[in-house]
Parts: sequence; C-alpha cells; structure tokens
Amino acid sequence: MSQYSWPEESQRKYIGKSVSRVDGPVKVTGRAKYTQDFNKKGLLYGKLVTCPHAHARVVSVDVSAAEKMPGVKALKVVQGPGKEIHWAGDEVVALAAVSEQVAEDAARAIAIQYEVLPHVVVDETEPPKDIKVASGPVTAEDIEDMFGNQVPLEEIAKALAERGVSTKFTESQLKEYKGYGVPDSIISAMRDAPVREAAAGSKSPYKRTATQQEGDPDAAFQQAATVSEGLYGMPLIAHCCLESHGAVSEWTDPGNLLVRISTQNVSGIAAQMAEPLKVPASSIRVEQQHIGGGFGSKFGPDSWGILSAELSKLAGGAPVKLMLDRRTEQQAAGARPSAYARVRIACDRQGNVTAWDSSSWATGGPTGGGMPPLPYVFKVPAQRKVHTAVLTNTGPARAWRAPNHPQACLITMAALDDAAAKLGMDPLEFFQKNIQLTGPRAKLYAEELNIAAELIGWKQNWHPRTRLTQGHIKRGLGLSLHTWGGRGHESHCDLTIHPDGAVDIKMGTQDLGTGTRTAVLMVAADSLGIPMQQINLYIGDSRYPMSGGSGGSTTIGGVSASTRRAAVDARDQLLAKVAPALKSEPANLEIVDGVVRVKGSTAGGLSWKQACAKIGAMPITVRGNNPDKTKLPDLTNSGVGGVQMADVSVDTETGIVKINKMVAVQDVGLVINEKTAASQVYGALIMGITYSLFEEKVMDPVTGRMLNPNMEFYRLAGLADTGELVVRFMRGPEQDKRGVIGLGEPPVVSPGAAISNAVANAIGVRVPSLPLTPDRVLAALDQPTANATTAGGAL
Amino acid sequence: MRPFEYATPRSREQAVGLLGRNWNESAVLAGGTDLLALMKDDVVAPKRLVNIKQMGNYRDVKVEGNDLRIGALVTMGDLAENPEVAKRFPALHEALWEAASPQIRNVATIGGNLCQRPRCWYFRNGMGLMPKDAGGQSLVLKGDNRYHAVLGNDGPAYFVSPSTVSPVLIAYGARVRIFGAGGPREVALEKFYRVPQSENEREFDLQPNEVVTDVLVPLADVRAGYYEVRQKEAFDWPMASCAVALRMNGNTVQEARIVLGQVAPVPWIATEAAQALAGKSVDEQSAMAAANAALAAAKSLGHNKYKITVAKAAVKRALLNAAGHKQA
Repeated sequence: MSQYSWPEESQRKYIGKSVSRVDGPVKVTGRAKYTQDFNKKGLLYGKLVTCPHAHARVVSVDVSAAEKMPGVKALKVVQGPGKEIHWAGDEVVALAAVSEQVAEDAARAIAIQYEVLPHVVVDETEPPKDIKVASGPVTAEDIEDMFGNQVPLEEIAKALAERGVSTKFTESQLKEYKGYGVPDSIISAMRDAPVREAAAGSKSPYKRTATQQEGDPDAAFQQAATVSEGLYGMPLIAHCCLESHGAVSEWTDPGNLLVRISTQNVSGIAAQMAEPLKVPASSIRVEQQHIGGGFGSKFGPDSWGILSAELSKLAGGAPVKLMLDRRTEQQAAGARPSAYARVRIACDRQGNVTAWDSSSWATGGPTGGGMPPLPYVFKVPAQRKVHTAVLTNTGPARAWRAPNHPQACLITMAALDDAAAKLGMDPLEFFQKNIQLTGPRAKLYAEELNIAAELIGWKQNWHPRTRLTQGHIKRGLGLSLHTWGGRGHESHCDLTIHPDGAVDIKMGTQDLGTGTRTAVLMVAADSLGIPMQQINLYIGDSRYPMSGGSGGSTTIGGVSASTRRAAVDARDQLLAKVAPALKSEPANLEIVDGVVRVKGSTAGGLSWKQACAKIGAMPITVRGNNPDKTKLPDLTNSGVGGVQMADVSVDTETGIVKINKMVAVQDVGLVINEKTAASQVYGALIMGITYSLFEEKVMDPVTGRMLNPNMEFYRLAGLADTGELVVRFMRGPEQDKRGVIGLGEPPVVSPGAAISNAVANAIGVRVPSLPLTPDRVLAALDQPTANATTAGGAL
Repeated sequence: MRPFEYATPRSREQAVGLLGRNWNESAVLAGGTDLLALMKDDVVAPKRLVNIKQMGNYRDVKVEGNDLRIGALVTMGDLAENPEVAKRFPALHEALWEAASPQIRNVATIGGNLCQRPRCWYFRNGMGLMPKDAGGQSLVLKGDNRYHAVLGNDGPAYFVSPSTVSPVLIAYGARVRIFGAGGPREVALEKFYRVPQSENEREFDLQPNEVVTDVLVPLADVRAGYYEVRQKEAFDWPMASCAVALRMNGNTVQEARIVLGQVAPVPWIATEAAQALAGKSVDEQSAMAAANAALAAAKSLGHNKYKITVAKAAVKRALLNAAGHKQA
C-alpha cells in the first residue's frame, strides 16, 4: 500500500528547505522567453484602435483608406455602427501589418464617428441614501455578485422567485452554472424563476444590491457603552502587469492554431477560444513558459487573444502579435474594484464588540461592484449591512490578488482600530480581547499577534493617539489580520521514469514567477529519493495533462499533490521491478540520495541508473491526480490566518508617509520551499505598500478618460519606498500536518489596513481613504476634528 | 510614432538652418528622453528631427571668467558627478542627483532639461497644454487638477513648470546662451521662462529655429539650499521644490533668492519671501515666515490645496538646508 502522505521532516531533503528557483538563471540572463519576445520571421504586428470616450455609441467606421495601405495584412471591425461602448480604451477596430509603423499609420487612417453618451467615472462620492433595493429582474451579474458576497442561498433563491429574470435561463446555461459549482437549489430556482420585464428608463448609476441583518443591531447600539463611527475606503486600481496582456497567434495549418499567450491559465485557454473561433479545442495549442505578471487579470484569452487568432486567419495564418500598449493595459485590462463604507461599531464597557453597522458602496465598472465580506474575519454578533453598487464607465473589473479581501480588511480593521481608540484601548489588547469572534482560528491569531508584536516592538513603540511623537515627523504602529482559503486546485501530471534513469514530468501548469517549477521538482525529488537536477520538468503547454489556472492561491496545493501521487506510484512501480535483484520485498526498499537499498542498510544497494535498468525496455509512466480520493490522504488544505503590523513615519508638514518596517506573520500549513514562500510574502508586502501609498486610477470627470494610464503618475513603490520587511512563517509539526495551502493571496490582504492604522496612530486622526497620499493626509490633518483626542474618521 | 526626417548637422549654423520657422515643422533632438515619449504618445509630431549632438563641442564644463560654463549637451549624470559643480554649486549637484533615474540622467542633457515640456496629464494625454471642453471651458479647472499650479494660476495656463534643475540655476543667477539665425544671444534664465497664452506658444523664450547652447552660472559667494517634496524615494516628480541662494553677512541674510518649482507655469521667484528674510538670520521661525510670504498669493484650483502646504515645507527646508540645519 503506497504511502502518499507528506514525508516526515526527517525524511525530507528538499521539502520545507530554502531552494533557489530553478528558472532564476534564464531570467537574469535574459534567456527566458516571454510572450512579448516571440518575433518569428514573417511576424505581423497587431494594433487596436480604441474608443477615446468613456461612454459612446459607434455611428460609423470607415476603414477604406487603412485597408488599401501597403503592408496592412488583416483588418477587422470589432464594434461596428450601433454598438454601445462602456469605457475609454475599448477596442473598435483591430488590424495587423508588416511593421509597427505601418500598423500605426493604418490605425490613424481609420475614421470612426461616435455619439458621445453621458458617463459616470467617479465613485468616491457617497451614493444618495434613498436608493431602493433592486426589484427588477435578477441578471446573471446579480447572481455572480450574490455568490461573490456570500449571500445566503435561501436569499438568492428568494430573490429569483420574487424578482424573476428578464429572459429564461437555457438548459445549457444552467449546465454551465452547475459546472461552476452553483448548487442544485439555486439551479432549480434559476430554472423556475418567472420571466419579468425590466422597468424602462431606470438609468441611475446606483444599484442597491444587499441589505443584510443578523441579531438585533438596534438594541445593541442602544445598549452600547461606546459607538465609534468612521468612513473608510480604497479606490479602483490597475493590475499594472509589467508584461501587458496579449498573444502571438499563428495557424500552423488551416485547421490548427498555436497561441503563445501571456496567461495564468495554460490549460484553460483553448476551451475559451474554441467557440469564438469555431474550431475544436483540440486544434488549439496554447504555450507559455514565462509570464510578466497576472495578479488575477489573465485567466481568459480576452478579446485581444481571440483577435490575434482572427487576424492571423485573415492574413493566411501568419503569426500575429497583439500585445496591449501600456495606455490600453492600464485603461482596459483590469481593475480591482473600489470599496467605501461608513461604519458604526458598538462596544460594551469592557471593550467587547457587540454590533456592526455598515453602509458600503463600490464600483468595478459597468456592472457595479459587489459588497466585500463585511465585517471581515470578526463575526460580530449583531450586524446590519447595506450595499450599493455604483455602475461606472471606468473599464471592467477583474480579480486582483485576493478579490474583495483587501477592501473588506481595510474597512473592518480600520473601523475596529478606531473603536479601540474611542475606548482608549491599545488595539493589540482590543483585538486580543475580541479574538474569539474570529472563530476556529482564534488561538492561532492570538499567537500570531503576539509574535508580530514582538517582531515590531509593539510594547516599546506603540503610543496612544492622545500622545503623539514630538516634532513634525510622527511615528505610529498599526496592525491587521486576514484570512484566505488556498486549497489546491485540480491538477494532473504524467511522470515517466525511463530505463536509462531519466525522469520527466509533464504538467499543463504555469509558473507565474512564484516558483512553481522549483516546488514541483522539490516534491518529485523527495518522493523519488533522487536529486532535483535529475528530473526534467515540462510545463506551460496545453498538450500536457490539465492543471488548474493559477488563481486564488490554488496552484501550490494542486501541483504538489499531483506530483507527490505520481512520484510515489512511479517509485513503487520501480521498487517492484528492483526488489528481486535486491532479494527483498518492495515494501522493504527505500531510495535515498539516488541509491535504491533495503531500508536501513548502508551497503549493497543499486544506483538509480542500475535500478532503472531493471524496468525493461519500456518506461514507466504514471498519472498523478489532485484531488484523488483513491489515494488518500488529502495532501492539501484550506484556510489560513495571518497577522501584519506596520511601523510608519508621517511628515505632517508634507503629508508624506514612509514605511519604516512591516512584519508579516503567516500560517500556511506545510511549506514546500521556504525561500520562494518568503518571496511571495515579500512581494505581497511590496504590492500592499504600493496600493496603500500610491495607486489609484485617476479618472477625469469631464472626459471620462484615465488621466494616468502610464507609470508616471500611476506610481509603484520602488525598493527604497518599502522599508524593512520581516517575514515569519508559523512552522512545525502542527502546521505540517495540515498539508499544503496556497500563499499567493493572504499576505497582500492586510497591508492597507495595517498601514492605515499605523498612520492613524502616528497623526491621531484617520485618513479615510487609500492611497495615503499627501493630499489625503493633509486634508485629514486639516479637519477641525483633527486633534489628538479624535478617535474616528472625519465624518 | 509618425514618420519624420532626421538630420545631424555638424555646426550650430547648420542646425539652425535645418530647424523650421514653426514649432510643428521640426524639433531639436538631444538626449531625447522627453521628445521621444511625446512622439510615441502622438502628443507632438515634428516633421523633422534635428539631432544636435554633433553640432559642436557643447559637452564641457569649464570656468570661464566669472562663470561656470556648462555645454548644453552635458548629460545630467555627468553634471551631477562633476567635482566643480559639487564643490561650487552644492544645491545644483543635489537637484541633479535627485532628478529622474540613473538611466535617464545618463542620457538626458542639461539643455534638454531646461527645455522639457510640462508633465500636465491633459497635455500628455493629447488634450493640449491649455485643454478645453466643447464649451470652451478649461478642462483643468473642471477636472482633476491635483498636480496643477497654485501660483500664477489665473489662466489660461495651469500646468506647472517641470524642471527641478531650473529653479536652482535661477537661484544661482544663471543665464542661457542661445544660438539662432541672428547669431548668439544671452538671456537670464529667469526671463527665459514665460507663460504661454495659446497652444501655439512655448513655455520658454525660444524661437522654433533657435537652440540653447550653453548655461552660464556665475561664481558667486552664496549659500544655497535645495529641497524637493516627493512621494517616492526615487524616480518621481516632486509636488513642489524650492531652491534658495543666500548672500550672507555673517549670520545675517543680506540678499536672498528663493525660487519654487512645480507650483506655477514658470519657475516661481518668491520676491516677497526674499524680502521677508533680508536682514534676518535663518532659523525655523524666519524660514517659516518666508515660506508663508512665498505662498501668500497662492490659491487652490479645487484639488490642489495641499500643494500650498507642501510648497511651504519646501521653502522652509530649502532655507534651513542653505543655513546648514539638518533636515528630514
């Protein structure tokens, strides 16, 4: 009976240790090829003509001059007359030409007339209070929204029954929803929902999407010893992938397409391209070895990927490179939804949180923005939550590393921090006092809070808001905690041991730069008992066994589990072949440092090569799967906590915030590679500092265009802006036995809240919204309420 | 980028001959760090680029008479590392070091720095330097003006002067030498900058067929200081900067020149602040009084009130730096 469980620490040579990433050398020497790097002979350059208006209707498109230009090989009108455009930067025409210059000349020769329509791009303003809860028919977006917001299933079913739908869901749509994991009760509610007509003329940008209540908040607020109030929020930000979205597509013959695409989802692209291109998915090969950032924005082929293939077809199959320029990338290739909320928190005399009341709003573009999971982590006994989606012309929202969590975390942890200040309590003491509200992970959070406090010097450096640092540089500390799932996704791989001892692994996954290649090799090496360098890993090709998209921190759990099962099975098959030669039973054999031997013996074994020679003429190939209920235990798990603390200095004469130090304490189950795991957390802290201090999509209220679609006034932190970063993992047998859990998202959740709280601690007043730029910091300091005794945000 | 002609003249006379009489006909190419970005973004589309890097030796930094003469083609990087500059003009040295990134400093020239175009985001997005909506109203006033001018902002120009080096050079009393069809001429750098009144005018006193050839900085006995308020530690435009040069009499300021950057469409000479400081020693109090005087006439356009506060800090800190007080 094969042992699939993770090896004990004493049996591991690689797992849990620090190993440098195997693709480091090709990256630092420039040999790594990214999608942008494919410049095959005969390459055609794709170019998009985009709409400059935030909201418009296409009146006419004249491409006649462009089509006649020499060197223009393909042209397609993407959105013709009559089409309504909902954001600036949306493509209207796509073309491909023999050079970038010709493509640009052709783009300029295209004349498009628009009827400009009214737009909404600014979402920070609080929506009117009297918005009615949506009563029109439920749309597909509404359903996705409700799932995103963890609306109870009964409520979703009730909304479907009462509000109906505008068009009946087809059985194939329902099947698709079922495929996404929508439960049967909702599928049947969708099927049974009555068809209702949408009320005409409702053009308000506001849509009340949720009102939820638990317990008796009114009574709790009445009985409260203190009630703190505040306004908190963060704006729309862009993903800023350094490699923009796009693809190089070519028809290698009239029926077969090769797509090199910048993607987080190598195995999932072909199926998404098959229908629009009207070819079987099996005729589409997707390939990508390296990616310059995705952060949640690169799961689909997008219209640009499809267009690259369509233009290639029109051009007789020649490769067409269609990568977004920076302006379009920043405008249209993804935004993290904003979220703002007014929050009231009730506490009793001892500092126990008794009630939560929030009125939130958010946008993620034309369909509005969902309610983040409020209150975050803390299950406050009595709650009332009202949410309004703001429908804007700012471009479409996309998942951004830990969707909805940074928003919920900032709103909750900042509101709790203000509640502590109102009570005159140290927030560390206040969070510890209420830690039971976090549920089953309370003990772990409490422990992490203590470790983080030690690492940042909380006891020595924290001061109440009533006792600020002397001088114009004010120092402050802040804390936050977070959670995430991170269970491994579906993953399959083929592991082959050749009779000459060579080992291959093929897996349709991708390495987002997180160290996936290195982790797979570490797991395989420890499972086979040979050095990592002896194993060849092939990923990034849709012809390899399917492995899930890299999102939601699901990759490490998936790929490590499928690799483990494949390697254990392959090893056991090998041992079965070798056992007779060693005059032993397979179960009595082990492979240590490339030597196959009887367990415990130090002499008389076979080298790996000698052992593999016993396989026979044909190699051993086994498939490893995750999940696999026939090969227990479950090697991956879900649900982590984590605590972060920030130490900042605020210059009250300029409003500039500097990070002195950040501490991240993270539990994540069994760590495969300590080094790349720590890198994930460092990266998350840097990304978190960046969105806390710098990032926002600045939209011009008059023209509706993004004013900073560049890397100049859309600022990203540089190394000198990040301060000292300290990463500490919870390690040991307790964590190891949980199995492997993903780490991409959790550490990016807390920085906004921790930094905002540190700034409030430094200057004695809450800066309501991120990013904490000088204008916002100075405005908060300017408020008449801004003095050392103020607890809450400026209302 | 649109197609263009490319010329590499071998003399300044040739250079001037190749430049057109209108701004859209030609453009001077030196380091190209600003021009190429403007061309790629289709903000400007000159029909001819005149590469002046071989028009003569304008790459030297030399003491000539009572001036330090800096050739217009000296890169910002070379100038920042020049020992003469570091010794005699510490505020200039600092401003150069703080500017842009090493990659840009290694290519960008000092002449180009003085003639760079504003960073106004309406301008850079192709909406014009004095952008207007369909009704003829200023987009800057109706839109997002968080980085726009707080001084000299009565319109129609609301952008801010971008160079961080020019306020320092103005504080030191620098002049620029210009070569045109009529031969060379010299202009005090403070007079070189002007507020354009229409899209067809430039932010400086230069004809389309003239080039800046040298910068002349007088070797005066002044104590100078510089401070820029920047969000990021590196590679970021300041929200305000200030350069000061003080002629001292013992511990007392005899004469002060206080010049602010990024607050007005031109480098802003704060005469009132200089007067407020004359006859005083520089301390926290007098520096703050000077800062208040410098910004007394400032007004917010709606989103940029904070810049008034930030600019005051820049003035105060530049003064304290000049006087040798340590600053954050």
